[in-house]
Order: sequence, then structure tokens, then C-alpha cells
Amino acid sequence: MFNLVQGRRKYFAFSGILIGLGIAAMIYSFITTGAAFPLGVDFRGGTRFEIQFEQPVEEKAIEDVFAQFDLTHNSIIALRGESLENAWQIRTKFVTPEQAQEITDALERELSPLKPDTTSVQSVSPSVGGEVTNAAFTAILVAAVVILVYIMLAFRQVPNSFRYGASAVAAMIHDLFVIFGFAALMGMLRGWEVDALFLTAVLTVAGFSLQDTIVVFDRIRENIVKRPFEKYETVVNRSILETIHRSLATQLNAMFVMVAILLFGGASIKPFIAVLFVGMLSGTYSSIFTAVPLLVSWEKGEIPFVKG
Amino acid sequence: MDNRDYFWLVVIIIILAAAGWVVQSPKYPIVRGLDLQGGLQVLLEADLPSDQAVTPEQMDTARQIIDQRVNALGVAEPLVVTEGERRILVELPGINNPDEAISLIQETALLEFIDTGSQPLPEGMCVRTSSHEGPVRCELESGKTITDTIASPAPTFETVMTGASLRTAESQRDQLGNYSVSFELYPDEADFFADYTRNHQGQFLTIVLDNQVISSPRINSAIEGGRGSITGQFTLEEARKLALQLRFGSLPVPLRIESTRQIGATLGEISISSSIRAGVIGFAVVLLFMLVYYRLPGFLADVALIGYALLNMAFFMLIPITLTLPAITGFLISAGMAVDANILVFERMKEELRRGSSLREAILTGFDRAWTSIRDSNIATLVISFILWIFGRNFGASTVQGFAYTLAIGVLISMFTAVFVTRTFVRIFMGRSSAKLQKMKWLLGV
Repeated sequence: MFNLVQGRRKYFAFSGILIGLGIAAMIYSFITTGAAFPLGVDFRGGTRFEIQFEQPVEEKAIEDVFAQFDLTHNSIIALRGESLENAWQIRTKFVTPEQAQEITDALERELSPLKPDTTSVQSVSPSVGGEVTNAAFTAILVAAVVILVYIMLAFRQVPNSFRYGASAVAAMIHDLFVIFGFAALMGMLRGWEVDALFLTAVLTVAGFSLQDTIVVFDRIRENIVKRPFEKYETVVNRSILETIHRSLATQLNAMFVMVAILLFGGASIKPFIAVLFVGMLSGTYSSIFTAVPLLVSWEKGEIPFVKG
Repeated sequence: MDNRDYFWLVVIIIILAAAGWVVQSPKYPIVRGLDLQGGLQVLLEADLPSDQAVTPEQMDTARQIIDQRVNALGVAEPLVVTEGERRILVELPGINNPDEAISLIQETALLEFIDTGSQPLPEGMCVRTSSHEGPVRCELESGKTITDTIASPAPTFETVMTGASLRTAESQRDQLGNYSVSFELYPDEADFFADYTRNHQGQFLTIVLDNQVISSPRINSAIEGGRGSITGQFTLEEARKLALQLRFGSLPVPLRIESTRQIGATLGEISISSSIRAGVIGFAVVLLFMLVYYRLPGFLADVALIGYALLNMAFFMLIPITLTLPAITGFLISAGMAVDANILVFERMKEELRRGSSLREAILTGFDRAWTSIRDSNIATLVISFILWIFGRNFGASTVQGFAYTLAIGVLISMFTAVFVTRTFVRIFMGRSSAKLQKMKWLLGV
């Protein structure tokens, strides 16, 4: 039988490097911009304009119009993609709807007519932004605790049920770090922002990650009872191999849907789908190459400071 | 594998037919969210120091007043809800004049006392008043603007006094336990009002807010000294509400705008066409994959999956769920989980077949053993959706909530279609002829 768990040190090293790179991206972003990833107006507060001109417009010209309203240090990004010619995204500090209207009127008057009905403006006051950030942290924390408890309950008949919960949560944290790193990277490269939808993606990835892990753990639970005389490592390895077809088939199906949305779906939702996609890949990887090998390492007493 | 399977097959067909009827029925349209049709979302907060309490009644009165105003804007599905203790969320999908809407929401309403002679008016009735002539907002049918001609204009009445003359109003309870509303006028107005009430005893002095009747009391006696009360069959609630409306005329609490989202209608149209295209392509590839990879059981799962999509659509229309881009994503992800459930079962069936079990046994074991995995992972997803729902509820992130709703509904429906429906299909179309099928390995994809 092919031994998958034998190479666990390599897997841990690979995950370590991946997460390390992500953290490096976050630190770099933190040093240059003051935030680990570009925060959207949902969290930070402020106003975001998305406008499309009829004719090409210079970035400097847009900046000047905003400066007339005492709005400097804005982030101005040209949007790219299908049906996004001459489209720009401008982020400023919080302005009232009346001001926002005056600004778009001024843009239209001084630069170029706007494409009708394509303007979108989002404003969030800083106080609401702060609340959202707090709520987001709470949501992630609550999810982690609930999941830990849930797995411990589901696996209570298996010896050392706490290990299963802890390993599943470790795999989940692994996946979250992967997508945080991805968000930081894409923030630097493409100007993607972290918004309320990103948080939705985070929690959904947590769910995916867990789902994959549960399927493998579930098989371990079954095999332990069926083969009481086999070594733990062998039972675990067998369980991975028995479920790998399902993991791949499911992963493939999810990929079909997500690639379809990435290729043909609405532009505004692409970052969200991309994060889900990366998180899902990581979720399948981590359940096989992180959660289960962790169980074996734990059993063998290989984890420092943790008794086997 | 007995006759009960046929019974369930009939039940399944009836359920799917009902879902199909709902989906095609024009009575249940799809509710499109802001990002799919453009529109305006405004989150308002009580503009008072944070240590000053705001009562639920005040917020609810403010909500009702805003609701009345935006209803007059002619928006198809306006949404006005209180959120938390101090906030009101307003969503106006499809609106093309956001500035007018924003000023309308914040503007103060006009409270008037009108002379309706010997005739009491029903609550909610729309009237014109002499203080500002011409058509009024509440007369308009949805979609019309104030400049359109109105087929049957509302009757006009003489304005006696406006809310500006009213100093205060309060609900109170007499010895008999009846609730009433007492009010006090500014001293300058007291004499005029005393004269007026003396000359119009027995007639009705109707109170209107933004030209809509909120109460139509009868003048029982002259009101001297600027103090009077309105009695009637009030409940505590009604008395309080009337007092609030009298006292504040307009909004019982000042409101400030905390966040706005404005999405152009064209953007919405682009989003909807591209997400339909993406959804259909993704779905078709998944159906094809299941058919090619799992053959006959894959085909049965495909039928169940189409039923799954149909049922979901029916639920979205019945409840109704406001469809946004994230909500559609939630649905597609739950479709992925529905497929996953079938993959779990079919992989298990294949495994048992390779081990030498008969097809009959493999079917039984497949569904039986895969169930714990399906159950555990679906419960985990439901827990996640619940946390997302709570998170979304707290600050008006209706996008997050939409995702949580469709994900949860999808997971629940998938337990029905991917487990129960597929199992019934497999038992009938494969279990009955299992001996023959066993030899046709290509049909089983082993």
C-alpha cells in the first residue's frame, strides 16, 4: 500500500513555506500601506466611487477634481476587464451622499460624460467600519470554537477525540492563513480589497476545510473499529487512500463551477470567487496533508511540547 | 427495495411538479437584490449622543414614517427595517433618482389639523390640504411622478393648524384604565384654537401626517387654555404612537446617514446576464462530469440535481429570498455540496463492488455508510451559515445574509434530493434489475 503519511515532514515544511510567504506578503503590505491587506470601505469606513467615462480620462485629471473638494490622498485605480473601458475606482474618506453627487457632477462637467446608470458609490462611516471589523473577528473566533467542540462531540467514541478537533482546527487555520496571504498578495498586485464578502469567503473556506477533514476522519473512525489490530499509522493511511477518489471528484466539480464564474461571471464578484477557489484547493490539500499527518505525529509524540 | 420505493417516487414527482409550478407561475416573481438591478441602500442611525436612550417605539415610528414616504417613490420592492437599537436600513431597488430619495428620507414630515366637517376620515386615507395645493405624494400610484396627471384627485380640506403650533403631546391613562393622548399648544395659539373649537363642536378635526390621515377625533367641547386631550378606544400602544406622531410631527428621532450604497441599473443588468451564463455553464459541466464518471448512477444523480435546482428556485420565490450575486454564489456552492453527497455515496458503492459485493449490497452499504460523513459535514456548513447570518444581521450587510440564507436552504434541500431522491431513484432503477446490471460494468463506471 502506498504510504502517504510517511512524508509528513515534507508536507509540514511545504505548508510552512506557503504560509511563511503569505505572512511575508502581509508584513510587506503592513509596512508599505499600514494594513496587512487593503481594507475595503466596509471595514475602514470611507467612500468608494466606481465610475465609467465615455471617453479616456487621465488619472491626474480625476485627482484634480477630487482635490477641489478637499479630498486628497485618494486611491485611484483604473479598472480592467470586459465592458470596463475607461472605468475607474476611487477611494476617499467618508463623504455624504450630497457631496458624492456634487463630485460626480463635477467629474462629468469637467472631464467627460459618464456612461449612464453605471455609477456605483458606497459610503460607510468610520464608526460602522470599526464595528464591522470587531464583528468579523468575533465571527471567526466563534466559528473556530464551535467547530472544535462539534468535532470533539462527533468523535467522542474515538480515543483521544480532542486530537481530532484540534487537528481539524489546525488544518482550518492553515487554510485561513493561505487565503489571508493570497488576499495580501492580490491586494499588492491587483488592488483587491478585503470587504464583508471576503469575510464570507473566509468562513465558507473554514466550512469547506472542515468538510474535507470530516470525510477523512469519518473513515478513520470507521476503520479503527473494523481493524483493531492494525497500526494507527496504517489505518490512517488506508483511510486517506480510500477517500481520495471522493476528494478529487468533489474538488474537480467545485472547480468547474468556480472556473465558470471566474471566466463568465460578474466582475464585482471575481475576487470573492478567487478567494473561495484558493481556499477550497487549500482545504482539500490540508485535510490530507495537514490534518491527518498531524494525527499521526501526535500519536507518535513528534509534536514538541505536546504529549503523545 | 419494495413497493414503498414506488410510493416515494410518486411523492417525489408530486413535490417536483409543485416546485415546477411555482417556478413558472407569474404569481411568484424572483426578487432581485440591489446588485442585480441597481438601486440605493441607506443605513440611518439615530443622531443622538450614545448615552441618550432611544426607545423601540421611537425607532418603529420613524421606520413607519420612512416606509410611507418611500412607498410613494414608486419603487417596486422597497425595504425599510430597523436594525439593532438605533438603526434603520432602507433599500430601494431599481431607483433612478437616488438624490431625491435620500432627501425625501431625511426631510421632516408635515403634521396638519384639517377641518373635515361632520365627516370622520378613515386612517391612512390620502387628502389634499389648503396649506399647499396641487397633487400630493400619497396620491401617486407607484411609478408615477408628481408631474403626471392624476385620474381621481384626493379631496381637499381646510388646514386649521399645523404641527408647528403644538408644544407637546403625551399618552396617559385615566382612572377607568382608558388610554388617551393629552396635548398642549403654544400660548400664542391657545385663543385661536379655543375660538375654533367653540364654533365647531361636534365636528371632526382630522389629523394628517404627510397628507395621510392618522386620526380623526371629534371636537366634544371647546378647548380653552391650549390644553386638551384626545380620547377614544386606544390601546396603550396606539396612544403612545399617536402621541409620538403629534409630538415630533416628523421623525421621532433625528437620523443621520451612516452608510450608503448606490449601484447603477446597467451594472445590475450586466451582473445578472453574466451570472446566469456562468451558472448555466458551470452547472452543465458538473452534470456532464457526473454522467461520464459515474454513468448510470451519475445520470440518476443528474436528474436529482436538476430537481434540486428546481426546488431551490421554488423556495427562493416562495419565501422570498432576495437574490444578489453572493446569494447566487451560496446557491452554487450548496449545489457543489449536493454533488459531493452523491460522490461520497457512489465512491463507496464502487469500493464495495470492487471488494466483490453484489450490486444490491453495494447500494445499501453505499448510502448507509456515506450518510454519517454527509450529515456531519452538512451540519458543519449549517453552523457556518448561522454564524454568517448573525454577523450579517448586525450591521446591514444584506449581501452576507443573502449568502448565508441560500447556502443553508441549499444544504437542507440537498439532504433531501442528494440523499433521499437519489436513493429512491437508484433503488428503483438499479436495485430491481441488480442481477442484470451487475454484469454491465461500463454502466456502473467501475
